[in-house]
Amino acid sequence: MVLTYTNEIFDINDLNLWYADHHALKSIHFPIIKKEVTAIIGPSGCGKSTFIKTLNLMIKMVPNVKMSGEINYNGKNILNSKMDLVELRKNVGMVFQKGNPFPQSIFDNVAYGPRIHGITKRKHLEEIVIKALMDVALWDEVKDRLNAPALGLSGGQQQRLCIARALATKPDVILMDEPTSALDPISTLAIEELILELKEKYTIVIVTHNMQQAARVSDKTAFFLMGELIELDETSKIFSKPEDERTEGYITGRFG
Amino acid sequence: MNAKVADRVATGVFIVIAFIIVSVLIGLFSFILYHGFQHVSLKFLTTPSSNMSAGGGIRDQLFNSFYVLFITMLITVPLGVGGGVYMAEYARPGRITNIIRSCIEVLASLPSIVIGLFGLLMFVTLTGWGYTILGGALALTVFNLPVMVRVTEDAIHSVPRDLKEASLALGITHWHTIKTILLPSAFPTILTGGILAAGRVFGEAAALLFTAGLSTPRLDYTDWNPFSQISPLNIFRPAETLAVHIWSINTQGLIPDVDAVSNGSAAVLILSVLLFNLLARWIGSLIHKKVTATK
Repeated sequence: MVLTYTNEIFDINDLNLWYADHHALKSIHFPIIKKEVTAIIGPSGCGKSTFIKTLNLMIKMVPNVKMSGEINYNGKNILNSKMDLVELRKNVGMVFQKGNPFPQSIFDNVAYGPRIHGITKRKHLEEIVIKALMDVALWDEVKDRLNAPALGLSGGQQQRLCIARALATKPDVILMDEPTSALDPISTLAIEELILELKEKYTIVIVTHNMQQAARVSDKTAFFLMGELIELDETSKIFSKPEDERTEGYITGRFG
Repeated sequence: MNAKVADRVATGVFIVIAFIIVSVLIGLFSFILYHGFQHVSLKFLTTPSSNMSAGGGIRDQLFNSFYVLFITMLITVPLGVGGGVYMAEYARPGRITNIIRSCIEVLASLPSIVIGLFGLLMFVTLTGWGYTILGGALALTVFNLPVMVRVTEDAIHSVPRDLKEASLALGITHWHTIKTILLPSAFPTILTGGILAAGRVFGEAAALLFTAGLSTPRLDYTDWNPFSQISPLNIFRPAETLAVHIWSINTQGLIPDVDAVSNGSAAVLILSVLLFNLLARWIGSLIHKKVTATK
């Protein structure tokens, strides 16, 4: 199961992670290809959320975390202590389980990142906000009320706003940690369609509990179990003839 | 007793308790206001107090109360909010942090007369300032600071963790996240804490007896030079506040109209606290609305 590619944006080698004494990720090797959607599936507690949080080092917020190995992002190992977190997270955006807009206006939410990263001209900010909102297909719904509070939007709209907020800092990778688990089927569909559009321009890594979702949106699928990467392959292959019997057991619903 | 009856009894008990609280409050308010308002007039509010003869007002005491409050909050709020941010965001959880937190709680529960005596030693004698507004404000800071720190810490802890994560994940630094996300979200709670602290300052007498003193020099309200001895803005002058005034005329007053003056002062004191509360909340909600874009 060794895959080699030339257009990798992330190249993860022998990544190990411990929460105090608990070995949560075990020697992970994982290439992530540019402008593809990579889905990560696996039962609860398998390490999939932990893994996605290592890619922008949000995992460092958890106390007592230790890591070893390499996470190469565009050829640079981000586990190197000299890594600039601000720069990394500008380029590797993240969308969370529940839409978590700031208690500010819709405009301010999207403008938040660029504004603090130094863009002050109103005109320029407006361009960024409009473009980000158009990219997530929210512009038509909110263009008349950009100054209304973001918390007044519906759950699905809030989640799309959060994606727009992540897009506004001009990342090249977007990490999504179960982005639709709190949404109704129609909003979920909207987000899935959005993912398919966004992959034209962005690399997307999505953690999901929903195997149909992984099958619908992703190019590659990775199956995690007990902190190990069991299988990583073309999505069509994982869901038709997986090589490992544990993968097969999981996707056919025998456990998990 | 079955569960339904127990539920009805519990409901009844709580209604009675609520009724008792409300009637105590209304009774107290109407008693003080009824007795006080007979003596409150524009003249009462704008004449200086008198030591011997009847007909003195509370002009200087009223001003002093607000001024001491202002100076105290000027010191307390930045220090308290800063300390709270440190405790919530920077202090590593562990023994030392817990010891600091216990110390803060002990400090908050010190009797104010003890703080007054401490203030006398520190801010009056040791510094050689004598009785001053600044000394009083510093003594009040000693017992308001812990409240402010604790309230700020709790307020920041109660901001949903996702907001902080969302901000950090956008590549925003820790400090900018605190400044632009955590503090604005925690603002209403911090404001409530500030108002409670301010109320305590306004009503405090014991801690000010030995620090800000029992007298006020002759003041000239047209003199705005804060270094002038007769300027009301001078922070190195003694200042008797309204609460201290009520205490002092009742214990050692020589004026014939002690009852009238102290009832009137009590009414003004209560109303001032009330007005200050409402004003602070109104301004607070304006700021909060502006930040959160809610109408």
